[in-house]
Amino acid sequence: MPLWLFIFLAALAVLSALGVILQRNAVHCLMALVLTLLDIAVMFIGLGAVTVGFLQAIVYVGAIMVLFLFVIWLLNLQVEDRPPAHLALKLFGSIGAAALVAELCTFVVKAPSTAGLSRLPAGFGSIGSLAESLFTDYLIAFEMTSLLLLVAVIGAIALARRPAPARSESAAAMPEKQIGSL
Amino acid sequence: MVTDLVIAAIRAIVMLLLVLNLSAILLWFERKGSALIQDRIGANRASVLGVGARLGLPNLGIVNTLLADPIKMFTKEDFVPDGADRLLHGLAPFLALFPVLVTFAVVPIGDTVTIAGHRFDLVAADFSDAALYVLASIGVGVYGIALGGWASNNRLALLGGIRASAQMISYEIAMGLAIIAVVATYGTLSLQTMVREQGGVWFGWLPRWGVMLQPIAFLLLLIAGMAESKRVPFDLPESESELVAGYYTEYSGGKQAVFMLTDFAEVTLVAMLITTFFFGGWQVPWLYRDGFHLPGGALVPIPYWAVVVLGVIAFWIKTIFFCCLQILIRWTMPRFRYDQLMRLGWKLLVPLGLLNLVATAIVVVMAGS
Repeated sequence: MPLWLFIFLAALAVLSALGVILQRNAVHCLMALVLTLLDIAVMFIGLGAVTVGFLQAIVYVGAIMVLFLFVIWLLNLQVEDRPPAHLALKLFGSIGAAALVAELCTFVVKAPSTAGLSRLPAGFGSIGSLAESLFTDYLIAFEMTSLLLLVAVIGAIALARRPAPARSESAAAMPEKQIGSL
Repeated sequence: MVTDLVIAAIRAIVMLLLVLNLSAILLWFERKGSALIQDRIGANRASVLGVGARLGLPNLGIVNTLLADPIKMFTKEDFVPDGADRLLHGLAPFLALFPVLVTFAVVPIGDTVTIAGHRFDLVAADFSDAALYVLASIGVGVYGIALGGWASNNRLALLGGIRASAQMISYEIAMGLAIIAVVATYGTLSLQTMVREQGGVWFGWLPRWGVMLQPIAFLLLLIAGMAESKRVPFDLPESESELVAGYYTEYSGGKQAVFMLTDFAEVTLVAMLITTFFFGGWQVPWLYRDGFHLPGGALVPIPYWAVVVLGVIAFWIKTIFFCCLQILIRWTMPRFRYDQLMRLGWKLLVPLGLLNLVATAIVVVMAGS
């Protein structure tokens, strides 16, 4: 990725991330977040992690952000008049932000120099090399993660399930509601 | 360097224009085709200065649908309702159209050609992770519809938008499973390589098309693709008897035309993906680089440029066939009920896709060892 492209994408990412926190309309914030995530996906692709970049677009932009949109609609969030101004929240928020900034600064200062690094190995970031490391070096972590997601799915279904109606009621032509009867 | 840029730009622009034109012509196909199916006459009035009638030609409604309608649409008042989110209301149609149009960049329409010393494939953007790119851009397509419904400040439009996004993310899973099964079969993410793998024959006569290997994935992609394009029988997001026009109720003029164009571009996209994955893309049966190898063993030699041209023609014939199939289904089927739609998606297509994927994986591993 040429330097000018990286600078452009980085600036766009920062701007759209600011858009997420500075706007009042929740849907506008969400669209700024979508733009941020897409921008980061493009950066992944430009830096050689092609598969990760596309997965970022498919999973985060294509699915998770749509669910966020659903939640915003479900809660019927309106435009905020003014930011919540609780003093303790501001205090702890500032401390947390300062800690993050300090961490980031330490990381940037202590980062190893890129001067001695060789070029990317052939096949880096391709779906083949990603799958190979997932299914060999990180197999247990990978399977544990999928188990965790499976448990979460089952838990969500168990929570969303309605108790089965009494037999007489169900015979009285109660229309069957399915997962997505929005 | 400059020549490369020019060639890249020409490849992109030619593909874009081909797709946009086919999408517009589909509008005519649909208007006249629906008239044929329903035993009506259909659009047959407008003409340019009565030229066709004077020459004694039947009026096929081409002027109606391809000239008069667009002029009407783009000269209508562009109305934004009170209380609408003006920014997102204006942006939504383009957020819907853009992801569909960029997907066409990776669909190969022909074999390799050499022009002025530059060898390239007849595809707008040739890169090796094309299948992932298709999935990603289809996933992004939800936003235009959902936001169009929300930004209109209309409860029917919002219902349409919610239905559309629920439907699209549900059927995307089945679509993804079908595409992953195809990717596993050919062991590549590049659409051009997949099409090349589908050249040649089995048993001396049967073309090696993907549909023979992955019939279930073909059905999944066809059904999920039709659901993605939100047309009958999957048109709950815009079902006119309940929701006026669903997510584009509050759109008029040019913006509504963009939503309609999105629909037709999606139909074209689904047809092209089916052609590429399952029906050999630009492969013509029994045609190799040196000519036809007929099943009896006879060889009809053809120059290479003619092979390429025949391939491109074959690709468009197959694409138009699947476009027409979708239009035929649209005008034949009644609409699903919402619970039927969700049951079909989650309880039939997704498990079927998973089983198909597992079976494919087992066969691929057995065949490899």
